[in-house]
Amino acid sequence: MSYLLKRLGFYLLTVWAAVTINFFVPRMIPGDPVQALITKQRGQMTSEAVRSLYVLFGLDKDESLASQYFSYLGQLLRGDLGMSFTFFPSPVADVIGDGLPWTVGLVGITTVIGFFLGTAAGAVVGWRRGTWADSLIPVTTFVSSIPYFWLGLVAIALLTGPGSFFPASGAYEIGLVPNWDWQFIGSTVQHGLLPAFTILVSSVSGWILSMRNMMVTVSSDDYVTVAHAKGLPERRVMLAYAARNALLPNVSGFALALGFIVGGTLLVEIVFSYPGLGLQLFQAVGAKDYPLLQGIFLIITLSVLLANLLADVAYLALDPRTRREA
Amino acid sequence: MRHNRKAFIGLVALGVFAVLAVVGPWLAPFEPSMRSNALLQPPSSEHWFGTTHLGQDIFSQVLAGTRSVVFVGAVAGIVATVLSVLVGVTAGYLSGSAGEGLSALSNVFLVIPALPLIVIITSSLPETSNLTIALVIGLTSWAWNARVLRAQTLSLRRRDYVEAARANGESTWRIVLFEILPNLYAVIASGFVGTVLFAVISEITLAFIGVSDAGGWNWGTVLYWAQSQQALAQGAWWWFVPAGLAIALLGTALSLVNFGIDEYVNPRLRTRSSLRGVHMRVGFTPVLIKESS
Repeated sequence: MSYLLKRLGFYLLTVWAAVTINFFVPRMIPGDPVQALITKQRGQMTSEAVRSLYVLFGLDKDESLASQYFSYLGQLLRGDLGMSFTFFPSPVADVIGDGLPWTVGLVGITTVIGFFLGTAAGAVVGWRRGTWADSLIPVTTFVSSIPYFWLGLVAIALLTGPGSFFPASGAYEIGLVPNWDWQFIGSTVQHGLLPAFTILVSSVSGWILSMRNMMVTVSSDDYVTVAHAKGLPERRVMLAYAARNALLPNVSGFALALGFIVGGTLLVEIVFSYPGLGLQLFQAVGAKDYPLLQGIFLIITLSVLLANLLADVAYLALDPRTRREA
Repeated sequence: MRHNRKAFIGLVALGVFAVLAVVGPWLAPFEPSMRSNALLQPPSSEHWFGTTHLGQDIFSQVLAGTRSVVFVGAVAGIVATVLSVLVGVTAGYLSGSAGEGLSALSNVFLVIPALPLIVIITSSLPETSNLTIALVIGLTSWAWNARVLRAQTLSLRRRDYVEAARANGESTWRIVLFEILPNLYAVIASGFVGTVLFAVISEITLAFIGVSDAGGWNWGTVLYWAQSQQALAQGAWWWFVPAGLAIALLGTALSLVNFGIDEYVNPRLRTRSSLRGVHMRVGFTPVLIKESS
């Protein structure tokens, strides 16, 4: 229990750090972005929205830095992330609310599947060291150094086109209204397959490599030799002895690598015009939509932290040592 | 280095990229941004990688873009490596709250998603140049190596020879610099290579979403224009294939070097084929390694 509490404390610290970065970064923006927006919207903004933007950008000259900081925190606690410039007059929170389910669905599911597939494959490749399985390594090395988004471009060029089963963009057929009927779900799955496949191919190779290296290291340990000497079946030694222990660093690696992976997968959304946070991030960069950029950064960080917490729970279940310490 | 084939191939490839970074812009047959009447042409003897919608030569863009990619990778790698050594070794060597604090700091930076962080910082900067992009990437991507270095330092600082140095009354600085650091060189080198790879991919990704050096070319800007001009819908595969392959080649070269370092540190990782059997080479005594499984 104390292990989880410690982790929770650490995540709170990280949230605070992310919020603080978010508070200071906009202060580097030259000029007065809020004034520029007000001019662009020709006075259609309510005075309340203008005020919230000034708090967000720290352009409230009458206040001290400390009181600016606290009013920013207060604003965040109320769930107010400001107004989006690109989707004006929608608040950032609503815009992100539209994109988040798509990202969680696509990136979340494929990341987890990729981890399990890669770990399983890595266990086999590491166990069969010195056989044909080793020839997979150069391939996975090459694939893992390709940026996710480029693989997506290639997939679109090769697999989509007139008459192809795979659509090149979007998350569902244009004209369908998102709801829970079969036509819509079918369309969503059809649109999600290719982006999901792209993410899988590029994320799997990293897990194969790290699991293979752990398997190789573990498989020459004494307890594996003992298990062999006892005459246990090969499968049992591989899965219950070697892989069982090689898995632990991979699980903690999963938690640590999430931040990197999520960054890469967001780019796949851009290539496929998939309406998630990645595409919104792209639009926000193009339009210099600072409130949306910051909101997306904050939400992605929170999601990654939540996923980390889940990985911690999994680690707790897998490694008895963490429980004994409690 | 000769008996580590992977690292050797990787280093040679890196050398080629480094040379291209220096001479690439002069070798380029065309000015990368120069327009011509040959619009969206497939590869030909005149335009090896074809042309863009404005008639720009893609071969020249990729060649000229190598400099920016190598520059950002190297600068970000150096900045991040220096920071990670400072933070990691200090956190590992110092006991108590200072060490814990530094370790917590690197964990925080590790968990925060790097790419969105780099995006919000670079898009808020007054101006983006290769140098600022490299600095932002370097300042945000040191945490992984700092963590690895801290773990290594922790295991080194209680070794007998360090204790002996301490008992001899050596200063802390001397112990860290001359007793501990030399044992970390392999880890530091592998961390540097890994960070360069991360920095290169980050720079290209940033350029792909529209944050790049104003007016300059890199592989990501080529892809940015390919994407925004619907190269795919027009069947212009030559627009994005060369830049992507260049990234993958550079990435593979870096990974190969890293494998070489890993295998040097952890001999268990060497693939059998390079160990088993007799390789007759002048100057080497053939060694047969026993099967261990």
